[in-house]
Amino acid sequence: MIEIKNINKSFENRPILKDVTTLFEKGKTNLIIGQSGSGKTVLLKSIVRLIEVDSGEILFDGRDIRLMSFRDLQQLRQEMGMVFQGGALFDSLSVAENVRFPMDMFTTMSAAEKARHVDFCLDRVNIKGAHKLFPSEISGGMRKRVAIARAIALNPRYLFCDEPNSGLDPVTSILIDNLIHEITEEFNITTLVNTHDMNSVMEIGDNILFISGGEKGWEGNNTQILFTRNKKLNEFVFASPFSKRIRDLKQREDDE
Amino acid sequence: MKVFEEIGGYFQLMERVFSKPERPRIYWHQLVLEIEKLGLRSIGIVAVISVFMGGIITLQLTYNMSNPLMPTYIIGLGNRDTLILEFSCTVLSLMLAGKVGSNIASEIGSMRVTEQIDSLELMGVNSASFLILPKTIAVLFISPILFVFSVFCGIIGGLIAGPVSGVVTIADYMGGIKTSFVPFFVTFSIIKTMVFGFLIATVPAYMGYYVQGGALEVGRASTRSVVSTSILILFFDLILTQLLFK
Ligand SMILES: Nc1ncnc2c1ncn2[C@@H]1O[C@H](COP(=O)(O)OP(=O)(O)OP(=O)(O)O)[C@@H](O)[C@H]1O
Ligand SMILES: [Mg+2]
Repeated sequence: MIEIKNINKSFENRPILKDVTTLFEKGKTNLIIGQSGSGKTVLLKSIVRLIEVDSGEILFDGRDIRLMSFRDLQQLRQEMGMVFQGGALFDSLSVAENVRFPMDMFTTMSAAEKARHVDFCLDRVNIKGAHKLFPSEISGGMRKRVAIARAIALNPRYLFCDEPNSGLDPVTSILIDNLIHEITEEFNITTLVNTHDMNSVMEIGDNILFISGGEKGWEGNNTQILFTRNKKLNEFVFASPFSKRIRDLKQREDDE
Repeated sequence: MKVFEEIGGYFQLMERVFSKPERPRIYWHQLVLEIEKLGLRSIGIVAVISVFMGGIITLQLTYNMSNPLMPTYIIGLGNRDTLILEFSCTVLSLMLAGKVGSNIASEIGSMRVTEQIDSLELMGVNSASFLILPKTIAVLFISPILFVFSVFCGIIGGLIAGPVSGVVTIADYMGGIKTSFVPFFVTFSIIKTMVFGFLIATVPAYMGYYVQGGALEVGRASTRSVVSTSILILFFDLILTQLLFK
C-alpha cells in the first residue's frame, strides 16, 4: 500500500503537482490517468523519489520515503520494479543481460537458475528468440516488454509502469495489461500504472486516479467512471465519438 | 559563484562514487571491461603519436642547437627527458582527455538522458559508484602503463628519425639515452599521470552524470568536459611541478 498526502511539486515556480492526496492499494492495479502534460510522470517519479517533492508525505506501507537515508532508500528500492516511459534498457547489455541484471546485482542465484528465470520472464511478456539482441536492434514495443520483464524479475512488492502499452498494438496491449493485472493479484503487489489508454482503464482499472492540471480530478473504479458527472473527466474519457456512443448504450442498458 | 557550486557538486558525487561497493564481484567485471575499452583501445593512438613526437623532438633538438661544441649525447638525453617530463605525461594526458574524457562524458550523459541512470537508482544500485568507480580505477591503472609505453615509443621514434636524417648516429643517440638518467623524473611523472588520470575519468563523468535534456546537451557536456579537463590538467601540472621540484 502506498499513501501520498498533500504532495506539491513545482519546477522553477511552475506548479506541476498541487496538493495531491490518495491511496494506492495492495493487490490492485492502480491507474493514474490524465492528459499528456498533466503531471503523471512527475507524480510517479516523485513517489519513488527520483524527483524530490517540495512538500507532503509519501508512505510505503507506513515508511516515509522522503525521510529515508540513502542506504535505507536503496534497500526500499530493491523492493520496487519500474518500467520507464522510454523503456530505459541498458544499451550496452543484450535483452537477456538486461533482464538478468537485477539478479546479478541482488541475488545469489546460480547461472543456470538465472538463465531459467530470464526465459520465464521474457516468456511472460511474449518475447522469444531475442535473447542475444541489443536494445537498439529490437522494436519499440519489444523494448517496452523487455523493460516489463526486467521490472518483474525480482518479484517486486511495488511495481510502477509509466505508460506500459503506449506504442503497442491492441493485441499486445491487452496482453501486457493482463500480465500486469495477473501478477499484481498473484503476488499481491502494489501496482501503479500511468496510462491514457481507455481500454486499459476499462479492463484493469481497479482504482483510478484522474489527474488534471496537476490536481486530483477524480478517483474511483472502472464501473464508477462510466457514470461520473465530473465534467473534466467526461471530456477526457469520452473524447472520441465512439466511446461516447458506447457509454450511452451502456447507461441505457443499466437504466433498464 | 557557479564555479563553487560545481566544485561542491563534484565532491558530493565523489563521495557517492567512493562509498563501499555493494557487489564487489560485479565491479571487477566492469573494471575489466573498462580497462579494455578505455585502455587497450588507446594503445594504438598513443604509439603513433609518441613515435612521431619522439622523432620530431629529436630533430628539433639537433636543428635548434647546432653548436659544434655541443656534445652529441645531448640529443638522446634531451629527447628522453622531454618525453619523460612533459610529453608522455602532460601532452599525452591532454590527448587522452580528448579521447577517453569525451567517451566517458557522452556514455554517462546518454545514460542519464535515456533514464538508464534513474533505472539503476530505482533498482537500488548506487549508480554513481557503479558507473564511475570502475572507469576511474581503470584510467588510474592504465595511465602509468601508457606513460611508460609512450616514453618507450618516443625513444624509438628518435632512434628512427635521428639516424635516418643523418643528424646523429645510433651509437651517439643511445649513449645519450643512457646518460645521467634521473629516476626521480619518472616517479614525478608517474605521480602526475595518475593525478591527470583521475581528472580525465572523474571530471567528464561528473559532467555526464548531471546532464539535463537530450542528445544535444550530451554533446555539449562532452565538449565542455574536454575543455575543463584540459585546463585542470595544465593547472595541476603547474602546481605539481612547483610542489615536487622545490
Ligand atoms: N525536469 C523538469 N523540469 C521542468 N519541468 C518539467 C520537468 N519534468 C516535467 N516537467 C513539466 O511537468 C509537466 C508534466 O509533465 P509529465 O511528464 O508529468 O506529463 P505526463 O502527464 O507524464 O505526460 P505524458 O502523458 O505526455 O507522458 C509538463 O508540463 C512538463 O513540462
Ligand atoms: Mg509521462
